[in-house]
Amino acid sequence: MTDLAPLQAIPLPCAVIEGSGIGKRYGRVPVLRGIDLSVRAGRVTAVLGPNGAGKSTLVRVLLGLVRPDEGTVTVAGAPVGDGPAYRAAIGYMPQQPHFPENLTGREVVRLLRELRGQPIPEDDALFQAFGLTTELDKPVRVLSGGTKQKLNAALAFMFRPRILLLDEPTAGLDPVASGVLKARILEARQAGVSVLLVSHVLSEVEDLADDVLLLLDGQVEFQGSLRGLRELTGETRLEQAVAHLMRRRAS
Amino acid sequence: MTSMTVFRYELQDLRRSRWLLGYLLCLFLLTEALLRFSGGGPRAVLSLMNVVLGVVPLVSIVFGTMYLYGSRSFIQLLLAQPVGRGELFAGLYAGLALPLAVGFLLAVGLPFLWDGGGDGALAGPLAMVLDAGTLLTLVFTALAVLVSLLVNDRAKGLGLAILIWVVVTALYDALIVLVATTFSDYPLELPLLGLTLLNPIDIARVSMLLRLDTAALMGYTGAVFERFFGSFVGIGVSAGAVLLWWVGPLAVAQRRFCRKDF
Repeated sequence: MTDLAPLQAIPLPCAVIEGSGIGKRYGRVPVLRGIDLSVRAGRVTAVLGPNGAGKSTLVRVLLGLVRPDEGTVTVAGAPVGDGPAYRAAIGYMPQQPHFPENLTGREVVRLLRELRGQPIPEDDALFQAFGLTTELDKPVRVLSGGTKQKLNAALAFMFRPRILLLDEPTAGLDPVASGVLKARILEARQAGVSVLLVSHVLSEVEDLADDVLLLLDGQVEFQGSLRGLRELTGETRLEQAVAHLMRRRAS
Repeated sequence: MTSMTVFRYELQDLRRSRWLLGYLLCLFLLTEALLRFSGGGPRAVLSLMNVVLGVVPLVSIVFGTMYLYGSRSFIQLLLAQPVGRGELFAGLYAGLALPLAVGFLLAVGLPFLWDGGGDGALAGPLAMVLDAGTLLTLVFTALAVLVSLLVNDRAKGLGLAILIWVVVTALYDALIVLVATTFSDYPLELPLLGLTLLNPIDIARVSMLLRLDTAALMGYTGAVFERFFGSFVGIGVSAGAVLLWWVGPLAVAQRRFCRKDF
């Protein structure tokens, strides 16, 4: 458990990610519309919503990859846009990893280690857990999609971040690797790491999430605890609870 | 620090790229064949010049564009680390352009060294071919970076890259010929000189032709060009024009990279 403890001592505020009035348009199409969010420390917050709801864009706003047209965002106490230093607190797992195909997995790991410059010892157990030990010395171009996704997951956890942003993390993973990843997420939460999890797999969300942020058409439809969502909708299953809110919105 | 790290790993990636190795091997074999079977001398350099003017810009802009589109999601992962965009951009560009430029120098320069190294008369034209090829590599990789940042769609971006190459290698010359024939009754030497300076491939072509003492074949225009490109002012202006073609797109691309949504 201790190896998952975040690198820096955490003077945890009650919210590690806060956003107010976040708006983003691509051309004339609004993708995010006045999003207010608050991700609490040491909890797993699932971002849910149909395709095109703005989930991945929201994650990219938090990382500074996408600049919002309006609103403010604070991550780990630092306003996003005030320089890249705050990203040292974040481990990011993108949806579809495309690593340089002629590098080996180990070289990709070294590249990120050198870029971050964080003096963290090699975590062999992490790579072993994902079954990557024998794969790390092969060029990325010969790795299967699932193996690249495992490498992607290991890279997100490698720096013992205070915040994990995971975009569809189990997509493409076999059941064993998926189980390992879920176990890692729960261990990280116990160690005080805040996790923002974008997922379409509602059973996974039910297993992992404490809180839910439901986005519909770029707006927050619900934000609160999983239990609160169930109580609000009167549904016991998450799938039905989400469907309930979507129907309510449509009507 | 960030720039150097990204440069080093990109170099490692490209060093193993089969496409890049294939391109450099073709250049090497072509240079070797030209020197061996055309008896060396200015004719071999002239043939090589045509290859350099056509192939080097095409490969630089197409390979560069494809490589950058292929790297887009990895660039997103790099941008998600605590690194500045400006430094990352510098590393990415250097990691793309320098392997292509150094590879070109080796693929064309080495055969000259062991086949034509003894011929002192070829040293000047050869140096010009190597200079021109290296500069064109830097210019067209900068254009590739710009295209990949301006156009999000990979197919459209590749189309634009090829269009740029067609314009600067063929259409622009057709325009110059059209101007020359339409206004043939007027003294056109200076306007043509100006038009030449607007196209990096034309600057390279004219500079190399003048080095090969072919100016006499171009009549009075050749004399004007020789006088201009042979003078310090002419060399400075043409070098400045090529430099602008390199630094201009690169500066716009850097600005775009630092502001772009990924």
